[in-house]
Amino acid sequence: MKSSQALLSVEGLGRQLGDRWLWRGVNFELFSGDCVGLVAPSGAGKTLLMRNLVLLDPLQQGEVRLEGKPLSAWSLPAYRSRVMYVPQRATPIGILVSSRVANAARSEFDGTVQDNLKQVFELGVHRQRQFDPDIIHTWLARLGRGPEFLSLQGARLSGGEAQILALLRSLQLDPQVLLLDEPTASLDAATTASVEALLHDWLQHPHRACLMTSHDAEQIHRFTHRQLDLRDFA
Amino acid sequence: MESDYIAISYGQLALAALLILVNVALSAALQLGLGKSLLIAALRMVVQLLLIGFVLEWLFTQENALVVVAIALVMTAIAGVSAVNRTQRRFAGIYWHSLLSVLTASALVTGFAMVGIIRVQPWYDPQYLIPMLGMVLGNTLNGISLGLDRFLEGLIAQRDQVETLLALGATRWEAAHAQVRNAIRVGMIPTINSMMVMGLVSLPGMMTGQILAGANPIDAVRYQIVILFMIAAGAALGIFGVVLLAYRRLLSPDHQLRLDYLEKAKR
Repeated sequence: MKSSQALLSVEGLGRQLGDRWLWRGVNFELFSGDCVGLVAPSGAGKTLLMRNLVLLDPLQQGEVRLEGKPLSAWSLPAYRSRVMYVPQRATPIGILVSSRVANAARSEFDGTVQDNLKQVFELGVHRQRQFDPDIIHTWLARLGRGPEFLSLQGARLSGGEAQILALLRSLQLDPQVLLLDEPTASLDAATTASVEALLHDWLQHPHRACLMTSHDAEQIHRFTHRQLDLRDFA
Repeated sequence: MESDYIAISYGQLALAALLILVNVALSAALQLGLGKSLLIAALRMVVQLLLIGFVLEWLFTQENALVVVAIALVMTAIAGVSAVNRTQRRFAGIYWHSLLSVLTASALVTGFAMVGIIRVQPWYDPQYLIPMLGMVLGNTLNGISLGLDRFLEGLIAQRDQVETLLALGATRWEAAHAQVRNAIRVGMIPTINSMMVMGLVSLPGMMTGQILAGANPIDAVRYQIVILFMIAAGAALGIFGVVLLAYRRLLSPDHQLRLDYLEKAKR
């Protein structure tokens, strides 16, 4: 890979709702170390753009490349393990993943924070990796949470706790590109600052980049290097 | 089979119809307002059953395999359509999915019973094929509508979880197999429950009928056991088929959850 090559490049992306184009002709590139803020008023389709970047919704127009290779060259689970979307509404996955523990006697929502963190390693695409409790403990300490956070029930987490879980659940899988949809919307000021610091350090490693949205213009200016304004593509 | 049973005349039927007056009287006394519906329901029941009696009488004299198979296909098609009509949501191809599942399940199970177990000669003898197919279809229909309904509602209720898994790199199967399993389980529950209490709480109608018609109770019970195994297998195959086909439609090869394909049924 050439050092000048973009990690993620997007060309001519367009999204239509009915016969109205939310945005079209969206072009941008994310390079190693980049942190880009995605800005637009509510309802302009920021979340839809992120969902399109990981193909949770089908592409209507345009092209996305990871490391110069088009999406058709990637298997989607492998692509999504590298370009990871962390939705605004953080959802504990309960015991849905594991077929061994899932049975009629247990509800679908059972499972602690630790179960949630561990179970993603049972997905085929992550099976060669291993759950690392040390790094989780280190991250939790940086976010002002003790090890007891791991034994909380996933279904009973507050909005903020669920966001922490979702962020760590994705970070531990070592993605290259993080798509963060309002990652600190439910967090207090202190934890928000810790999350920013953690992400800042995460971005220091080569071949990592992030795209984030935030309702907090202050945060976008403080944390991101440049902005992508969807209004330019309306 | 000897016919050592008392045949019922039309006069006797009319006597039985007097029993509906119990319902009518009760409705009138308590002002339930059910009188009209009761009479219509009673009338419909009588007319529909008398008609089907004539149809079956004609059908059982048929010796042409094509005619019998055609009737069987019509029954199967009605079951496939009714199974979908009992659910709340639609997507393109849902009726075909149901038809294909009902057809495959009932053909395999009834075929095996006719040719492999009871060894009817000829294999399409309508006196055996039609009632047995009917029993299998009725239960497969129930199972399919329950399983399909649970699968679609489950995907909608658990949408965030399924999509969270997909975003974490899950394949469509890893993300949705819990919903598939759950739907198949829910579809199977009535069949399993009814086998549990069979003979204790409920005396199956088919068996009761055979006994009234003079069959040896032990023989009637044996038929009932065969039928129940057929029903269980048919329901399982049908539910499995319809849920898997719906899974393939709503979870795309690109590992996307396509709830946008779903719409509410128009009533």
